[in-house]
Amino acid sequence: MFEKIWSRHGVAEGPGGHVLLYIDRHLLHEGSTSAFGRLAKSGRAVRRPDLTFATADHYVLTSPGSPAPDTEVRSMVESLGQHTGQQGIVYFGVGDARRGIVHIIGPEQGLTLPGITLVCGDSHTATHGAFGALAFGIGSTEVEHVMATQTLWQKKPKVLRITVEGRLPDGVNAKDVILAIIAKIGAGGGVGHAVEYAGSTIRAMSMDERMTVCNMSIEAGARAGMVAPDETTFAYLQGRPFAPRGDAWGKALAYWETLPSDADAKFDREVELSANEIEPTVTWGTSPQDALPITGRVPDPAAVGDDARRESMERALAYMGLRPGTPLSEVSVDRVFIGSVFVEAGFEWREAGCSMCVGMNGETAREGERVASTSNRNFEGRQGKGARTHLMSPAMAAAAAVTGRLTDVRRLVS
Amino acid sequence: MQAFTCLTAVAAPIDLANIDTDRIIPARFLRKPKGAPGYASFLFRDVRFDADGSEKPEFVLNRMPYRGAKILVVAENFGCGSSREMAVWVLEAYGIRSVIAPSLGDIFHQNCYKNGLLPVILPANIVAAFRRQLRERPGATITVDLDSQTVTAPNGTPHRFDVDPFRKEMLLTGRDETGLTLGFESRIREFEERHAREMSWVVPAGR
Repeated sequence: MFEKIWSRHGVAEGPGGHVLLYIDRHLLHEGSTSAFGRLAKSGRAVRRPDLTFATADHYVLTSPGSPAPDTEVRSMVESLGQHTGQQGIVYFGVGDARRGIVHIIGPEQGLTLPGITLVCGDSHTATHGAFGALAFGIGSTEVEHVMATQTLWQKKPKVLRITVEGRLPDGVNAKDVILAIIAKIGAGGGVGHAVEYAGSTIRAMSMDERMTVCNMSIEAGARAGMVAPDETTFAYLQGRPFAPRGDAWGKALAYWETLPSDADAKFDREVELSANEIEPTVTWGTSPQDALPITGRVPDPAAVGDDARRESMERALAYMGLRPGTPLSEVSVDRVFIGSVFVEAGFEWREAGCSMCVGMNGETAREGERVASTSNRNFEGRQGKGARTHLMSPAMAAAAAVTGRLTDVRRLVS
Repeated sequence: MQAFTCLTAVAAPIDLANIDTDRIIPARFLRKPKGAPGYASFLFRDVRFDADGSEKPEFVLNRMPYRGAKILVVAENFGCGSSREMAVWVLEAYGIRSVIAPSLGDIFHQNCYKNGLLPVILPANIVAAFRRQLRERPGATITVDLDSQTVTAPNGTPHRFDVDPFRKEMLLTGRDETGLTLGFESRIREFEERHAREMSWVVPAGR
């Protein structure tokens, strides 16, 4: 599948196996400000505004209707509106019902399609790979390059196929699958690779679940993660505002059906997991690879032979304020960050935005606070300076909210 | 972009694996324009300084003679996580021109090339030996020569490293990549015409 998309998007070849890759969709957010600035300074314009779409998510506040008190935060949002207006780019801005997190609105609006190349100045762009698109995150200079040329010089990555087979046990969902994958291959396990997620477990997933898996490809080191498009994908896309219609839909569908990897396709590397061995999973450390089943205990660095690994674990435990041997289900939490609606249970209603997933807009946890989080990064300081993050599924976060500590959701449901 | 040719400089060792770009520059500084006053002070902010702004004496760049380092020798998967190019900008603002590692986060790795900062990938055991030598002889220098693709260890041993010929040429000349690509305009236009025929559904329907 990767090869099929890659080979259809090569514009020219450069030295050292570099390919000038054509980009079908460029998604922008407030972080694109500096790229717009440099583009203007060099007297260049956006080459294909019709393939470029923007939304405000990184810096907007999620409290309904509240403008940011910080002028710098506010100007990040305002300048995106100005730049997109000048360049004729469709912008889902504040007050537009279509505004939302860039990796959610691409699919919602039917901008994300199978077989296309899609980039965004955000490392979680692999989320769009759930639709069978080749989607990856890029830096600011690359954003400027795509704006000006609609292309990128890329070297072909290797392809890693991760196959998950079987039915997921009750209480176990897509977030547990990707956390288990990262724990298995490591935070650097996918460096230099594009990942194809395959197998009956992935096939049985909804688009939301596939997006959850692809979203964290970068946490395993891979810039791109993909799932072959199928009936689930097509049913999701049909009738979306920017999706192909009429004859175009028929033509697109005919092409999309050719995209899945052939039976004899070769992969540079293969990894396999059994769904029935995956349990509700939480992170205990400061890297997404530091993940264990909720039934486990905080690991003991003293039991680790490798010096560098031991020191890294000691540092992570000190930061997280955890002692070796503590059952994970006895760890109490102060705050639950969950991207969903639980107003009746007393949660605050917030609007769409990156918010505490990245902590750019000023919404952060306090120093030392322990957060049960459905986001994707437990790095030191990610959710606020000194904040302690445990990654887990929405079901596990809801369970933690009910009990006030890390909790095996299966205990509450059964 | 500033060119990179050859550099001999003090190198600082960092042993921890998986250092993410959030740690290199925390999110709250990303809205500061590149080159803002004190930009270099955002580098490793929360591990380099206490809350009151005083230096943490144990952090490597707060110790002489590593303070003036222009080369970092790091561990696996350095620069993983967020795509923020500010992680490279802030290293550059501090004066770092080369990062030697067993592996780097893919996006960080690409971002280095766009800013004249040379990433050098060597086997893990060799990089670990570099770090050990730097701790044994603080202030020792490393020479990185891009043209000959050799890096000379603190103990004087030369090691050859691989670098992509395209990236090498761009770094040696400091050339603007967008300018180069605009030279392919006719090829891009040809591609767009063919693409519009073969995948006519790609251009979004709505608006």
